[in-house]
Amino acid sequence: MYNFEFEKPSSIADAVAALGGDEAQALGGGQTLIPTLKQRLASPTTLVSLSNIPEMQGICTGDDGALCIGGSTTHGAVASGAGAYLGLAALAGHIGDPAVRNRGTIGGSLANNDPSACYPAAALASGATLVTNTREIAADDYFLGMFETALEEGEIVTEVRFPIPEVSHYEKFVQPASRFALVGVMVAKFADGVRVAITGASEEGVFRWAEAEAALSANFSSDALDGLTLDADNMIGDLHGSKEYRAHLCGVIAKRAVAKAA
Amino acid sequence: MAQVTMIVNGKAASGTVEGRTLLSSFLRETLDLTGTHVGCDTSQCGACVVHVDGVAVKSCTMLAAEADGADVATIEGQAAPDGTLNTIQQAFQDHHGLQCGFCTPGMVMTTAALLKDNPKPSEQEIRVHLEGNICRCTGYHNIIKAIYAASGQDVAALGAD
Repeated sequence: MYNFEFEKPSSIADAVAALGGDEAQALGGGQTLIPTLKQRLASPTTLVSLSNIPEMQGICTGDDGALCIGGSTTHGAVASGAGAYLGLAALAGHIGDPAVRNRGTIGGSLANNDPSACYPAAALASGATLVTNTREIAADDYFLGMFETALEEGEIVTEVRFPIPEVSHYEKFVQPASRFALVGVMVAKFADGVRVAITGASEEGVFRWAEAEAALSANFSSDALDGLTLDADNMIGDLHGSKEYRAHLCGVIAKRAVAKAA
Repeated sequence: MAQVTMIVNGKAASGTVEGRTLLSSFLRETLDLTGTHVGCDTSQCGACVVHVDGVAVKSCTMLAAEADGADVATIEGQAAPDGTLNTIQQAFQDHHGLQCGFCTPGMVMTTAALLKDNPKPSEQEIRVHLEGNICRCTGYHNIIKAIYAASGQDVAALGAD
């Protein structure tokens, strides 16, 4: 890996200031960024660690009942501390492996927006709000495509607010070698309707499946998805699975997610 | 270059690191603690697992600078000063939980983290917890047995070999 300067600010304001430097990049838990740096696919001059900012740590419940998670909260901390939103806690508890979950952070995952990452599906299916150092962004406006988000240069995800659904479940079909989602489906049933978000499948990154949402809002049972299909054209096709396979898997995994929703 | 200071296996340790220096490199090359192994260097195999402030991490995927001020535990600190193996290490020996031994430091550190949170894990819980530790000899069954025994449970309760 190319060398870089390392900074570890203790406040959001100091982190934002450090990120204003030329070719500076934020470092969450590093579970994606460090392997990327090792492959020399990134060459920041400064890495700004977000791991020592108390105002970006922890989980609480907001005045509106939403679950608020600091951007630097690890997957492990969400798995054990998000009991108010069991579907989310379970999702966090199945990312990577235990040691990875002790480092990787929710803000880092959402900022990276890997097309096979789990958290984007949770944020989108929950209708979460991403809070940054400058603004609040609705999940529906945040994910712009594979590894692309609405974040501006130097903007960091400081908190994520999750409305808590009545029932939910995230079902992941893992790619057996990487353990990333080959297809992952998050289903969240709210009083005013059902949201379904799919990760791992599309060339355009995480997406909502509108037909499934309509069908499940009318009848929340896996049978409601019978006969619904997704167009394979925009699906990822690679050695792990063809476009058609992924399109088919979306329906299968969505049904499983509905069946297990609690 | 920056100076980092940490507690490693109960003793103060310090050294000069670059921004890019990995914790695994710092432990092995600066502190000569070569018990922490680097197998894949891509955070998949788990041979490099150490504890930082009480939780298991893959030291090949953490910067040494991130561990500045931290309390680090490695495989070298597991046995007693006179060489007496700890319960987990002894169980690995008793149940032949290793073949070539390369993955063993990471297996032992991952086990220590598991048993701290879950003193009596089921076989299934052990298998799930080892998701990020790969044994290139595929000697998993005896590793599971060793961990089960280290938790004080009767290995006869496990499935057939």
